[in-house]
Amino acid sequence: MDKNRRNFLKVAGISTLAGLGGTAVVDRLVAGVNVAHASTEGGHGAEQGGHEAAPAAHGHAAAADPNANRYGLVIDVKKFYEDPSLGEKCVQACIKTHNIPEFDEKKDEIKWIWMTNYENAFPENPNKYRDEETESNQLPIMCNHCDNPPCVRACPTKATFRNEDGLVLMDYHRCIGCRFCMAACPYGSRSFNWRDPRPFVKELNRDFPTRMRGVVEKCTFCAELVEKGQLPACVEACGESKAMVFGNLNDPNSEIRKVLKENHTIQRNPSLGTLPSVFYIV
Amino acid sequence: MFEKALKGNKYYWMWLAFLGFFIAVACVCYLRQYFYGLGLTGMSRDVSWGLYISQFTFLVGVAAGGVMLVLPYYIHNFKAFGKITILGEFLAISALLMCLMFIMADLGQPLRGLNVLFHPTPHSMLFWDMCVLWGYLLLNIICGWVILTAERKQVAPPKWIYFFVYISIPFAFSIHTVTAMLYCGLPGRHFWLSAIIAPRFLASAFAAGPALIVVMAMILKRVANFDAGKEAIQKMVTIIIYAAIANMFFVGLEFFVGFYSNIPGHMHTLQYLFFGLEHHGHVYNNLVPFMWAFILLFFVGMALICYPKTRKESDFWLAMGCLAIFVSFWLDKGIGFVLGGFVPTPVDEIVEYYPTLNELFITIGIWATGFFILTVLYKIAISVEHEVEA
Repeated sequence: MDKNRRNFLKVAGISTLAGLGGTAVVDRLVAGVNVAHASTEGGHGAEQGGHEAAPAAHGHAAAADPNANRYGLVIDVKKFYEDPSLGEKCVQACIKTHNIPEFDEKKDEIKWIWMTNYENAFPENPNKYRDEETESNQLPIMCNHCDNPPCVRACPTKATFRNEDGLVLMDYHRCIGCRFCMAACPYGSRSFNWRDPRPFVKELNRDFPTRMRGVVEKCTFCAELVEKGQLPACVEACGESKAMVFGNLNDPNSEIRKVLKENHTIQRNPSLGTLPSVFYIV
Repeated sequence: MFEKALKGNKYYWMWLAFLGFFIAVACVCYLRQYFYGLGLTGMSRDVSWGLYISQFTFLVGVAAGGVMLVLPYYIHNFKAFGKITILGEFLAISALLMCLMFIMADLGQPLRGLNVLFHPTPHSMLFWDMCVLWGYLLLNIICGWVILTAERKQVAPPKWIYFFVYISIPFAFSIHTVTAMLYCGLPGRHFWLSAIIAPRFLASAFAAGPALIVVMAMILKRVANFDAGKEAIQKMVTIIIYAAIANMFFVGLEFFVGFYSNIPGHMHTLQYLFFGLEHHGHVYNNLVPFMWAFILLFFVGMALICYPKTRKESDFWLAMGCLAIFVSFWLDKGIGFVLGGFVPTPVDEIVEYYPTLNELFITIGIWATGFFILTVLYKIAISVEHEVEA
């Protein structure tokens, strides 16, 4: 009798300890990804009827900070259809600003923003009887700066991370080049330096670093310009056309929030729960 | 005990020299890759993992397969495995060393590898994979060495070693589970995003690992006068048969889910791997021959290891059957699984991957290094065995 009781207490004690430890580990795992996430619920969740459940499910997330910035981008696809030269302007502005190398071989290719067909940007939305305008024109795609980025979750060294403004950035000096983030990105937004990129940079911009071989890179929403209060290079290249509107999603009075309020927008593959920050008016 | 590896007949040295040649070639190829970058491989931004990571994935399975000897011997006290458990442990060591070499070969910045330790990131599965792989490697080195030393001195192994032996069992399962989690937790890659990946990995590992051990045992019987014992071999073959069937059952389930649900994303990679995928008027099918060879070799291998005549009466055909199973599952996991997962890309394009010669030589060289280490370790183990018998 006594022995049974002792055994019971032993087992109960150990399982309690294991239970406590286990929860702590799981909490840490989830918290690492969701700290930044929580701070943006205020601004972002409102537009995302379907996604509101996701942040709520992680009940322990830190309190939302309504003062934090959260940058986003609205792309008016119609304007890119009307003026096909606009896309090339954006792409070239990006290449020049960020010293993006241009290779002859597609295998080496590096791209931050590029023009593609609707069916490639939105493969989860196929339509056999698509309108001619959509069928025959292209739209720009880039990193979505997800609120819940799978690449950040996958990176084993925190070389890719989400900063306090909601931008998903890269530390080129910490990246070990394992390319786990490239496998994890559901939008194909990441590129790898398969060889030394420097000889292939056509016009060198001395205000932005070049990269070395063996590291991953991608669109940064021009974090270095945004920090100075300027617009990202692609948005700037669109000029007065308003084909791209960049701004703080957490500021209810910002222009981007006004545009989002007035137009029906969609995001790339939202069913994956990544909460992209790039919105498309189609 | 290392001195035992330095005494061998001329075939032993010829075999090591043969492997050494490929190792030397691979060293030169790796230096080329190191100074040029991974652009010397066939990988691109669309197929961002190639042969290196696919070999790594397969070899984690081979390493885990050793547990199919350790578990029956230490947990179920299945005495017949006593003599060959060490073969499983040493196979795990060399397979894990190959895994680590493949990872290093795949890194864009290999000198920064330690960043995984300097900036530990628990929400990355790669961090956990590093933990369990290193853990399993150290456990096998400790257990294998201590038990072999005890055997040589003809004393019972120290009690404390059993603690590590028992820990190594869940570790074996964990290495392949965590390796599966590298893939099955990624959103937007339909082929990998399947809860059956981890069990499927384990099933194919528990067939491929023991299959290689049986082949090795048959070779050792011929060249090193080492008899693993009929009972042990037959029991291993039974394990291989069930594990191989489980793997094929899981593959079949993937087909059912994909094709019965008729969801394009779930079918695309399977179509690409087995039938060729049509895309804008072009059929992409460069992996189709490998996949049908996988199916064919599975049936050939199963026939040879199930049919009593070939299974019990002929060492040669038994070894051939096990080799067929091993190669079959290498085609499945070491080729199709990783490379197929990148087709189509997230932006619905299809880019086919062809490894370059440089990449192939590095891959062959790492395999050769693994077999070099395995040969030396087996040489030591068997010399000890012979010494004790004498």
